[in-house]
Amino acid sequence: MNIQIRERPEAASSSSVKTAIADCDIHPARATQTELYPFLAKRWHAHLETFGVHAYQGMMGGPPYPKAQPNASRRDAYPPEGGPQGSSLSFMQQQHLDPNNVALGVLNPLNTGQGIRNQDLAAAICSAVNDWQIEKWTSKDSRLKGSVVVANEEGQAAAAEIRKRAGDANFVQVLLLSRNVEPLGQRRYWPIYEAAEEAGLPVGVHAFGFGGNPITASGWPSYYIEEMVGHSQCQQTALASLVLEGVFERFPKLRMVMVEAGFGWAPSLAWRLDKVFERLHAEVPHLRRKPSDYIRDHIWWTTQPMEDPERRDHLFQTIEWIGWDKLLFATDYPHWDYDEPSRVLPAGVSDANKQAFYLDNARKLYGLS
Amino acid sequence: MTSPIAGGVDCDLHPAVPHLTSLLPYMNDYWRDQVTTRGMTDLLSQSYPVNSPISARPDWRPAQGKPGSSLADMQRQALDKFAVAYGICNPLYGVQMVFSEDMADAFCRALNDWLAREWLDKDDRLRGSIVIPVQSIDKSVKEIERCASDPRFVQVLMLVMGDMPLGKRHYWPIYATAERLGLPIGVHAGSAYHNPPTSVGWGSYHIEDYVAQAQAFQTQLTSVIVEGVFARHPNLKMVMLESGFTWLPPYLWRLHKFWRGVRMETPWVDRAPLEIVRSNIRFSLQPVDAPSEGETLNRLFDHMQSDELLLFSTDYPHWQFDGDEALPKGISPDLVRKIMIDNPLATYSRLKESAKEVTT
Repeated sequence: MNIQIRERPEAASSSSVKTAIADCDIHPARATQTELYPFLAKRWHAHLETFGVHAYQGMMGGPPYPKAQPNASRRDAYPPEGGPQGSSLSFMQQQHLDPNNVALGVLNPLNTGQGIRNQDLAAAICSAVNDWQIEKWTSKDSRLKGSVVVANEEGQAAAAEIRKRAGDANFVQVLLLSRNVEPLGQRRYWPIYEAAEEAGLPVGVHAFGFGGNPITASGWPSYYIEEMVGHSQCQQTALASLVLEGVFERFPKLRMVMVEAGFGWAPSLAWRLDKVFERLHAEVPHLRRKPSDYIRDHIWWTTQPMEDPERRDHLFQTIEWIGWDKLLFATDYPHWDYDEPSRVLPAGVSDANKQAFYLDNARKLYGLS
Repeated sequence: MTSPIAGGVDCDLHPAVPHLTSLLPYMNDYWRDQVTTRGMTDLLSQSYPVNSPISARPDWRPAQGKPGSSLADMQRQALDKFAVAYGICNPLYGVQMVFSEDMADAFCRALNDWLAREWLDKDDRLRGSIVIPVQSIDKSVKEIERCASDPRFVQVLMLVMGDMPLGKRHYWPIYATAERLGLPIGVHAGSAYHNPPTSVGWGSYHIEDYVAQAQAFQTQLTSVIVEGVFARHPNLKMVMLESGFTWLPPYLWRLHKFWRGVRMETPWVDRAPLEIVRSNIRFSLQPVDAPSEGETLNRLFDHMQSDELLLFSTDYPHWQFDGDEALPKGISPDLVRKIMIDNPLATYSRLKESAKEVTT
């Protein structure tokens, strides 16, 4: 977060930094435009330089909603050797992994083949990004684990990429973005879930992406803050789609992680789904359980940006509705709305819940004990 | 069960237009001819299929015709049953779905006149919402002004899923007119289907469209807050109708946090989002998206940090509750009075005027 308003005694913050934590949302960046080229067939180098990536939005470069600062990242996170924030392993170690005692860092590359209209290019870039994660990050620091990125709109190609990486200890999950050509429960995406379930990899759904749809059900809003806040609404709808299409009936071992979209909305969405399901279950007879049951059993939530109510009991009640066992701590390093590990939880949480929140839930979900 | 008290205001009733031909008497020759010659049938919206369980409570479903099409049924099942002083009619006929602004204008005018003649004239308790052809600001303003001369019209009605986010400056002349005439803007669930009904595209099912209404309300609330509608129109009230409200606290935590972070982008937003909601935004009671036991709901009311946000509604004839349980379990008599009487009267200034006339 940018501004820390609450005053806290120093003692409270220094005690919790010492314990090892998992950071389930770290964004590695490329130092240069061409850093992927060694992993990408020659034909694509020329293609990219001539045509660019031809995404599901209009900008050749830069986001459609300009961020509040370059690369949506902390101004103090530029590596001393140059390049954008998040592009240097040694600086990431020095600024984040070492001082915060990050025992497990899950990499979520955002600038990949997802959201590219040319599906051959999308698949090539995703595969290259996966090779690049091993080469530049996970093979050099065993605390870091990668996410298999896939050409999301081409289910079969995506499934092939997941199968190629299955069993590779460099990767702990498959990564999708929340905004796609269709809601994520649609059958075009099922080969992804099938392959992920088969490989025993959870599927992370990170807020973001452009899939060609206006980012509200009433068209395109004006401001970056609307896109930021709106990630949670896109995620809610994507999750409703996953539940109502019966993805968790078809893939009963599938586990999914909602990344960087908040978690405070989960109880209300689950209650609404349950209530409407009571009335309309005849339309979705493929569901054999209440929507909230699927959510409780199949969904995990990363914590950043941490819910920040005025009163801490409101936060605790919300977490109790979701379950302390379902939250995965994340900082979003190096992005501007980074959550500082020592300041994220108010006082009054039991040691067992803290341990689950900061580390154990992630270790268990990702099979790293 | 929490018992309703007499003299309340039901802020969300849905009288149904039996058929497009029911509006013909309220159209001019040209449009009557258009409807007839072109074989136009009914303007039923996919948001509320007539036979869907959500569209009518089983015991409120008439033997014939559309649920909500009989005044006698509405009187017996809602107005008398809950002993309300006023009931606000929000017609959900799909006039917003047509793509021609001229046709939408003709249909909105007919719908508003139909409501006045066939409903408001026939029961003194009933009040109306002005349905507007939102694609044309000019025509919308004219229609608001035309209808507002009848004091029984107490708000302007828009759909939560339309052509553009509701905060866009394009719509501000509508808000200026509404504010000047003492009319809140009611934003009701439903889509014009001019955009996909979710922010991630078209889902497969009716149930998805219905669940997605809550997310659409959230994005609209962001839009009207960050575009600065209430900095420009501080006396304008907006009422979220059939929106659900249990999403509000966590939604505001998130909006508030990002507003603190990037408020330089929208410097005209001069108050915290929570304060803007408290002063300018209201929510109809139904549907209550929460477990039916009282404890969770009381916690949720506590999370909302205000007892002034909710306005009593049955959402008649939609199926939101059974029996007489229009009010959720376990809420205090004070809150019942606020929800049923004080909050609606404070929101709808035209109701307050009529309430004064009745008592003096």
